[in-house]
Amino acid sequence: MPRIDGYERVSGTAVFPLDVILPNMLYGAILRCPHAHATVKAVDTAKAREMPGVHAVLTDADPEAQIGWFSRPGSAGSGSPALSRLFDPHCRFEGEEVAAVAADSPQQAWDAVRAIRVEYEVLPFVSDMEAALKPGAPDVQEGGNRMGNPRETKRGDVEKGFAEADVVLEETYRTSCDIHTCVEAHGSVVQWDGDRLTVWDTNQGPFPIQAALAGALRMPLSKVRVISSYMGGGFGSKLNLGKYSVIAALMARKAARPVKLFLTREETFLAVGNRPAHIMKLKAGVKKDGTLTALQLTGVGEMGAYPAATAVGYQVGDLYKCPNVRIEETMAYINAGPNRAFRAPGFPQCSWALEQMMDALAEKIGMDPVDLRLKNISTVCQMDNNKPYTSTGLRECLSEGARAFNWKESRSRPKGEGPWVRGVGVAGGMWGSQNGPPATVIVKLYADGSANLNMGAADLGTGTKTVMAMIVAEELGVPMDRIQVENADTGNTQFTSQSGGSKTVYVDSPAVRAAALEVKSSLLDMAAAQLKVPAADLNFKDGEILAETGTQRLALRDLRQLQMQQAVVGVAVRGPVQSDKVVRPFVTHFAEVEVNTRTGEVRVVRMLAAHDSGRVMNLLTYRNQVFGGFIMGLGLATMERRILDPVTGKMANANWHDYKIPTAKDVPAQMTVLPIDLHDTECNTTGTKGIGEPAMIPSAAAIANAFYHATGVRITAAPITPSQVLTLLAERKTKG
Amino acid sequence: MEKPTIDSQGHTGLSRRSFVNSVATGAAAEAAVLTLPGAAAQTGTKPPQDGEMVAVVLQINGRTHSMNVEPRWTLQYVLRDRLGLMATKDGCERGECGACTVLIDGISRYSCLTLAVEAAGCQITTVEGLMNGEQLGTVQQAFIEEDAFQCGYCTPGQVVSVEALLRKTPEPTFEQIREGVSGNLCRCGAYNHIFRAAQRAAELRKVGRG
Repeated sequence: MPRIDGYERVSGTAVFPLDVILPNMLYGAILRCPHAHATVKAVDTAKAREMPGVHAVLTDADPEAQIGWFSRPGSAGSGSPALSRLFDPHCRFEGEEVAAVAADSPQQAWDAVRAIRVEYEVLPFVSDMEAALKPGAPDVQEGGNRMGNPRETKRGDVEKGFAEADVVLEETYRTSCDIHTCVEAHGSVVQWDGDRLTVWDTNQGPFPIQAALAGALRMPLSKVRVISSYMGGGFGSKLNLGKYSVIAALMARKAARPVKLFLTREETFLAVGNRPAHIMKLKAGVKKDGTLTALQLTGVGEMGAYPAATAVGYQVGDLYKCPNVRIEETMAYINAGPNRAFRAPGFPQCSWALEQMMDALAEKIGMDPVDLRLKNISTVCQMDNNKPYTSTGLRECLSEGARAFNWKESRSRPKGEGPWVRGVGVAGGMWGSQNGPPATVIVKLYADGSANLNMGAADLGTGTKTVMAMIVAEELGVPMDRIQVENADTGNTQFTSQSGGSKTVYVDSPAVRAAALEVKSSLLDMAAAQLKVPAADLNFKDGEILAETGTQRLALRDLRQLQMQQAVVGVAVRGPVQSDKVVRPFVTHFAEVEVNTRTGEVRVVRMLAAHDSGRVMNLLTYRNQVFGGFIMGLGLATMERRILDPVTGKMANANWHDYKIPTAKDVPAQMTVLPIDLHDTECNTTGTKGIGEPAMIPSAAAIANAFYHATGVRITAAPITPSQVLTLLAERKTKG
Repeated sequence: MEKPTIDSQGHTGLSRRSFVNSVATGAAAEAAVLTLPGAAAQTGTKPPQDGEMVAVVLQINGRTHSMNVEPRWTLQYVLRDRLGLMATKDGCERGECGACTVLIDGISRYSCLTLAVEAAGCQITTVEGLMNGEQLGTVQQAFIEEDAFQCGYCTPGQVVSVEALLRKTPEPTFEQIREGVSGNLCRCGAYNHIFRAAQRAAELRKVGRG
C-alpha cells in the first residue's frame, strides 16, 4: 500500500519544521565552545548587539537563561540540582552552548555570532574512554570519570560453566562512536502569542518535548503547543528536548518576534547525540554438541561529557539459552558530546561481539554457524524470570532465512583466487525494549462515510500514518483515499509517548483498532434504534449496515441519528501491556561480501533479512524500513566513526565529507526481505511486535562474519576500513 | 581566480565562490562553477561592498524573478527563504548531501554551492517545476509507487537527480542509476527503492513517449 502522505513527501508540500517561515521571523544562531574542555571567563557581546539586523543576544548573564540542564545519574531531573545549565561557563565538550543571537537574516545572525568575543581558559581534556578511566586523567565530572558503580547482571555460575565447556574462547570487540546525521538538522521555529508558545520542532513525538519545554520555561502544559507532523529523520537523536528550542523561545520573547533556530550540519555532529563507542570483552564456553555453557561480558561504554548510559549486555543474557551468564557494564565520561539513543541502543554493538563470538565457537567445534544458533534457542525470557515469549520466531528466521539465502551452497562455493575474494555470514538478534503505552486515539466517521484519524504519534518515515489508516480502512470499510490523518501536534491530537524503541505500531495500532471498533459499535446502536432490532443482529460493512438476516440494509445517508449529529467519534485508550508474557521481535541477517585483498575494499553484494516482527502491516514500507536498517548497519560495520583529534580533543570529521555514511554506491545490488509471521495473538490485538530497530541489530555482525569467511581474518574493531583490512592481512602473512 | 574577500571582522567565509574556486583541486569542480553565465557576468565589474545588494534576474520554473540579492546569498537560500519554494531542501549547506539539488539548464546541481548571482540568466528547475499544476511528474509518481523514501526530507533532491538522469539517459542501467543518485544521501537508507523508482519512472516515460 503506497503511503497516505506520499503526495506531500514527493511534491515538497509537506511542511517540515525547517520549512516553516513566519511573518516577521528572525533567524537564530548559537556560539559554541571551540575547545574540548574550557571555562568561559568573559563574554563580550557589545559589538554583536550593534550589528545590523540583530534583535536579541542571549548569554549566561541573562537571568532568564538560568535553566538547569543534564540531570545527575539516577535523579531523573526531579528537584535535584542539574549538572549544568543553558550556557554553563564550564564547557565540557566541543560544541557546548556559550551564547546565541537572533537577527533578521541567517547571514546577519552568523556575522553577529562571529563578532562575540569570548575569553576561554582552556582545560586539560580526555577524549578516550580507556584513558579516562586511568588514574590521573582529567575529571570530566566531579567525582571521576566512571559513572556510578558497574552494573552487574548474573545468573548461574560462569566459572562452573566454563569448566563444563569443551571450548572456551575469549575476545575483545570494539565498536566506534557513530553519529545519527538526520538529513533534516535539529531545530525549532517558535512563536509567542502573549503567554502562549507555539513550537514547530523536528522530533520523534511532540508530547515529551512539550512537557520538557513547559518544565524548562515554568509554563502550564496547556500553553505550550508543539507541532511535528513531518520531521526529517531522527533515529533516536530527536527524542529529547534540545537547548536550541529553549534558546529560541527565550530570544523570541526578548525580541517579541518569532525565531527560527536550526543547527548547522557541523553542529549536529557535535552536540545532539551519538551511538557511544564500546569495548566489549566477551568470554564464551560451548560443548562439542553446540550447547552453550557460559557467557561473560565486560563492557565499557564511552558516554560523553554528561550522563547518558547505554547498556549493551541484553542479548548476551537473553538471545541464546545459556544457564550461566555474567554481565558487567561501565560507562566512562570523556570530553565529547554526550550520547543519545541511536536505533536499538546497545544492540548492534552487542551483536558485533556476541554474533562474531558465535561464529568463532561454531568454527572451533566444527559446526555450521546457523546450526549452532538453532541449537541454543530459548522460548522463555531469561532476563525476565523465564517468562515465556508470546512468540519466538528465531528458529524460523534462521532456518527459513538460510534456505532462502541458499546458505549451505553459498558457504561452500569457492572463495576466489584474488584479489577479490568472497564470503557469506550470518547473525541473529532480538530487540529487547519494553516501551509501552499509554496512547489515546480518536477515530471520527463523518456523515458521508469518510473518516478522520487523530493520533499523537509522529511518523518518522516509517509509514506509521499509513499503517494506522489501513487499520481504520479495514475496520470501517472506508477507502484509504477517504481517510485523513492528523498527527503529532500537542494542540489538536492526543497523547502518546515518542516514536522510539520500535513501539509505535506495537502500542498505538491496538488503540486505533479499538477506536474504530468504538465507532462501529456506536453506528450499530444508532441503526438498532432506527430499525428496532437488537444491535447484536447488525453488521457494518462497506459503508452499509446489514441485518444478519440479510433482509434489512441501511445506508449511512439514511441513518437518521448520524445525519443529525454529522459525525460519530470513537475514543480509545491503550492500557498497560500484559505482564505474564514477554513480547520480543527476532531477526536473522545474512550477508555476502567481496573483499579486495590488494586494496582492502569491502563490498556487500547480497543480503537477506528474515524478521519475526509479528504481522506485517504494509509490506511495501516494511521492506523499505528493513533495507534501511541493514544499510545503517552496513555503515556501522564498514565506514562510520567519529574521530577525535588526540592533540586538541576536537572532532576531526564533523561533516559528511569526512564522516562517511552509506551512499547509493554502497548498497548491495541484491536485497531480500523474508517476513516470518507466526500469528502472535498474545502480543497485542493487531499481532505486531515492531520492526524499526531489529532491522539494524545484526547487520554489522553478519557483514563481519562474511568478511571472516572470505578472508580468514577476524576483524574485532568496527569499522572494517581498508587500512585496517590491509594491516590485518599483512600481519597474517608475516605470522603465516 | 578571484582573491577571497575578507570582511570587516576578518572572516573569509562569506564569498562561497571564492572559497570553492580556491579549494577546488579538480578541474571539473572549477569548470562547473565558472561555466555558469551568471559567474561570467560578474567578472570585470567592481566587487560589491559588504551588505550591498546586486540586481539579478532569475528564471525559476518558467517564471522570471527580478530581485536584489546579497552576493553571498546561495541559490538555496534565495529559493527557500526569499521565494518560499520549500521543496528544495536544506541538508548541509556545504555540498555533501544533495537535498538541495535543482536543475540548472537541465543539469543537476547543488543549490547550496551555487550563488544566486551565478545562476542569473540560467533556467532553474526545482521539484515544484517538475509538476503539472497539482499533478505529479513521472518521477514523483514512481517514487510513490515504489515507496522510494521514508522521512521524505532528501526526497525532492533525489527526485531532481533521477529527473536529470532520465533526461540524459532515458533507459538507464542499474549502475547508471546508482551513479545518477550517488550525490544524494538518504540516511533512512531507501536507496533500493529509489533504484526501483528510477527504473519505474523510465518505464512510465517510455509509455508516455511511445
